[in-house]
Order: sequence, then structure tokens, then C-alpha cells
Amino acid sequence: MSKVTIVTGHYGSGKTNLAVNLALWQSPCRIADLDIVNPFFRTADFAELFLRNNIQLNVSSYANTNLDIPALNFGLSAEPTDKLPLIIDVGGDDEGAKALGRYKNVLNNREVEFIYVVNFRRFLTQTPSEAERLMREIEAASGTSATAIVNNTNLGEQTTADIIESSVVQAKELSRITNLPLLFTTAKAGLFPSDRHGIKPIDVFVKTFI
Amino acid sequence: MSERVLMKGNEALAEAAISAGCKCFFGYPITPQTEISAYLSKRLPKVGGVFLQAESEIAAINMVYGCAGTGTRCMTSSSSPGISLKSEGLSYIAGADLPCVVINVQRGGPGLGGIQPSQADYWQATRALGHGDFHVIVLAPSTVQEMADLVTRAFDLADEYRMPVMLLADGLLGQMMEPVVFKKREENGKSFDKSWAANGHGGKRKHNIINSLYLEATELEEKIHERFKRYDEIKAKHTMAESYMTDDADVIIAAYGSTARLARTAAEKARSLGIKAGVFRPITLYPFPVNELREATKTAKRVLVCEMSMGQMVDDVRLALECKIPVDFFGRTGGIIPKPEEILEKLKGV
Repeated sequence: MSKVTIVTGHYGSGKTNLAVNLALWQSPCRIADLDIVNPFFRTADFAELFLRNNIQLNVSSYANTNLDIPALNFGLSAEPTDKLPLIIDVGGDDEGAKALGRYKNVLNNREVEFIYVVNFRRFLTQTPSEAERLMREIEAASGTSATAIVNNTNLGEQTTADIIESSVVQAKELSRITNLPLLFTTAKAGLFPSDRHGIKPIDVFVKTFI
Repeated sequence: MSERVLMKGNEALAEAAISAGCKCFFGYPITPQTEISAYLSKRLPKVGGVFLQAESEIAAINMVYGCAGTGTRCMTSSSSPGISLKSEGLSYIAGADLPCVVINVQRGGPGLGGIQPSQADYWQATRALGHGDFHVIVLAPSTVQEMADLVTRAFDLADEYRMPVMLLADGLLGQMMEPVVFKKREENGKSFDKSWAANGHGGKRKHNIINSLYLEATELEEKIHERFKRYDEIKAKHTMAESYMTDDADVIIAAYGSTARLARTAAEKARSLGIKAGVFRPITLYPFPVNELREATKTAKRVLVCEMSMGQMVDDVRLALECKIPVDFFGRTGGIIPKPEEILEKLKGV
């Protein structure tokens, strides 16, 4: 059976952008937008990109409409989901993680990677201990335990190599206190010459406004 | 916290309100400003403040009325349809000369409209926030940093002039994330006279009354005249605007809030094509920065006003320029964000 990757974290940690990158790496695959919290900046924004790259998108038919209701009107379990790797982009914080509960049956008997995404330049997750506290809230709300950490530290357009390098130390500390592996640290493609610190180049898809 | 952190506009505003000494928040959720409530519900109780989700927007503004009467710094927040509901309460607060801060993170209207960003409440904010002869100061941020900085300014102006101050943002500014720095506030900021507050006289002074009812017409007229003298002082002392590449400009794009960001990009592209374009951005919408606009358009032959509406601020631009320079308009509405390329196309045509 194929793997399920769950992407959770603080609002604005970069979950959606990471989920889009994960989908592109794993294509052909399926991605589910489980964000019931934020009606803006979500996986559903990339429907065309997914279509071009052989990625199936499961999303509420109300996403990106003016009807801002927390509806999840699709059934992952009814689909032949086990044929393809599945990436689940979860809404921010513990509020967003609650939505995972509905799909617990999908996760049974499947290999699950539950990623906690952290951005140490985000307010309320600026230290490893703050980041751990938020992770525990997400775990409690979703009824599922994290299995790995991805360090996605960034300051948007103003991200520098220094900011990322200094975040690696914090990510390693978070890994130590939570006893979870640090899968990798991300950096916008082109920011680092090589794979120093196990830094993985990612593309930035989430909209920016000048 | 002096380091740059990544925050949503709504969160930055909420955090800055706490630093500015906001002790009470009353509100009712509505997209796209709900993060303000969500954030304050977690943070305000930890700093000895009160967060209360009211049963409606109307209840929330009346709680602000009561709280403001005690001289306590307080705030409410909503988005367009919710602001309409608050208009009666706002009129009473203005009529009772009470300071408070009101946030409008605008979305598409009229009616329930839509949840995408809009600037269609300009007239409401600057002209008709409630019944009666009154104004509120209206500040328009354009970045996440300004969402934070202007809320501090809003609380100070509200206390100085004993009146409501509105921050008129939009869904784009509320939802977008940018690095922000929280400046250390000098001690607790300025101190303001609160001898009018109904906060318990302890038998030591005459009791204060908070009221907007005047049975004698002459008394009411006198009160309104006094209020309008304050508005004149604000006009003279507190208008704010930003001019960008206006010194030698042939054409000026006038835009506020998030539209001004798009206007800057359009003006830069125009410059690269040899069109001498500049941008004028009002930061105070009431009072409108009339003199600043006249200064910025000294060399201009035309002005193009850009808004996420069918054209509302365009009236203030025409009034300020007294029709001495032709004023055109370009806007998208209903929640559509204009593209810099569209603005540029319009610019080429004017």
C-alpha cells in the first residue's frame, strides 16, 4: 500500500507550499486539501499545476468560493486511494488539525508520515520549546502523533541564507526534545549552492504581492 | 521582541493593539478578519485583559461604548457587513465623545457580498459611519508593518481627541504574511486626560455622565460645533500620506491600502517604458491629505485613481484638486484584485 503524508503546523509555517512540493516530488499522487480554517492561500489555488503534473486534487467544492464554510464534502475513504501516494494538507494549528479526525479510517493500515512543519521566524514558534508546545496541541486535536519534523523557516521574500542556517540549530534542538527525526530543512531554490545541512531546495508557489 | 518575525496582517494588528495598551476586545467573527479575534482570545487574558465574543456585532459595539466610557482602551473589529451593523453604536460613541478603535478588514459588498478583498467601504468610513454630524479618523495601512504601527497611532489619536478611530484595511492585508518588527513603545506611551471617565468617583468628586442626548437644540449645536473644531485641528495637524516618484511625474496614480502596492509596481513598469509615473498614497483617509496631494501633483498633467471599488476615493481626489487636473479612474470590484499590468494599460491610455 502506498504511503500517506500528513502535513501539519502553525498557520503560516508554509504547510501548503511544502505540500505542493511534496506532491510534485511524488507524482503521480493524490493531494487532499483539508484546510477548514483559512479560505485564502490554500492548496486548491494550484489546481492547474496539479493537472499538468499528474496529481489528483481532493478539495471541498466550496474552496475558493465566497461561501466560507468549513465543509469537507469529499470522501477519501470511498476512493481507491491506496493505489497512489496521498498527501494531506491540514489547516493551521490545533483548530485545523481537528479535521483529521474525520479521515482516521483512511489512515488505518497504511504507512503514515505525520510531518510537523516549523518556521522559527513565525510568531509563537520562535523557539524549540514554543514549537514543541504547538506540536503537542496539534497532536491532541488530531488524535495522531507526529512522526517527523520539517524545518521550513523563512521570512517570505526577505529570507536569507543566514536565517536558514541559524534555524538549523533550532530544528535540531526541536528534534532532540521531541525525539522525532528532522527530515530536512527547506530553502528556496537557488539560495544555497549545495545540500549543506541536508537543506532541500523547494519552489515557492504560494502567491506573493508586491 | 525587536527581531523581524513573519506574521499575518490580522495577527500583527492584534499584537500591536495589546502593546498599545488595549485592555478589552469585543467582537463577533467574520471572514477575513477572524484571526484578530482568534489571536486576542488567546493573548488578551494572559496580559490581564478581557476578550469577549459578543452575541452579535451590535452587542459588541455597545460593549465598546460601555467600556470606552470608563476610559479603558478598547477595540472592536469586523469586516464590511459587520461594520454596517455597528453604525448605530458608533454614532452614539461619537455623540458621547468617547475614544475607541474600530477595525474594518474590508470584503466585497453590498449585502453579504463575498469574502475576497475590497475597498468599497471608503464612503461609509469617511462619510457615513452612522447618523448625525460627525466624523471618525480613518487610517489606511498598506503593509503588515503598518497594520501594527497604525493601530498604535489609532489608540493615541482616539484618546487625544476623544473620538473613534477606524483602521480601514482589506482582506488582502489581513491575510497576507510579511516580516514585521514591533517597536519598543516608550514606557506606556503618552498619557491622556481621562478625568471625564465614568470609572467610580469614590465619593471624592462629582459623578461623570456618559450621554449623547441633548434636549436643548442650542446645546446640541454648540456641542457639535466644538466637535468640528477638533476635526479642524486634526485636519491641520494629523494628515498623513506617502509620495513615491512624484517629483517630476507627468501622471500620478492615487491609491490607498493594498492597491497602492500594485500601483507602485505599475508606476515602476511605466518608468521603465519612459512614462513619468508616480504614486500618491493617502494614509489618513479622513482627514484626506489635501495639501500633500496638491504638493505631489505639482508637475502632474493627469491623475489616475485606482481602487478595489467602482470609485469612491476618486471623489476626494477631485475635490482636493478642485478639477484643476483631469482625474481618471480604474478599479476592480467584487473581490477582484487589480493586476499591475491592468493599471499600466489604463495609465498608457490616460
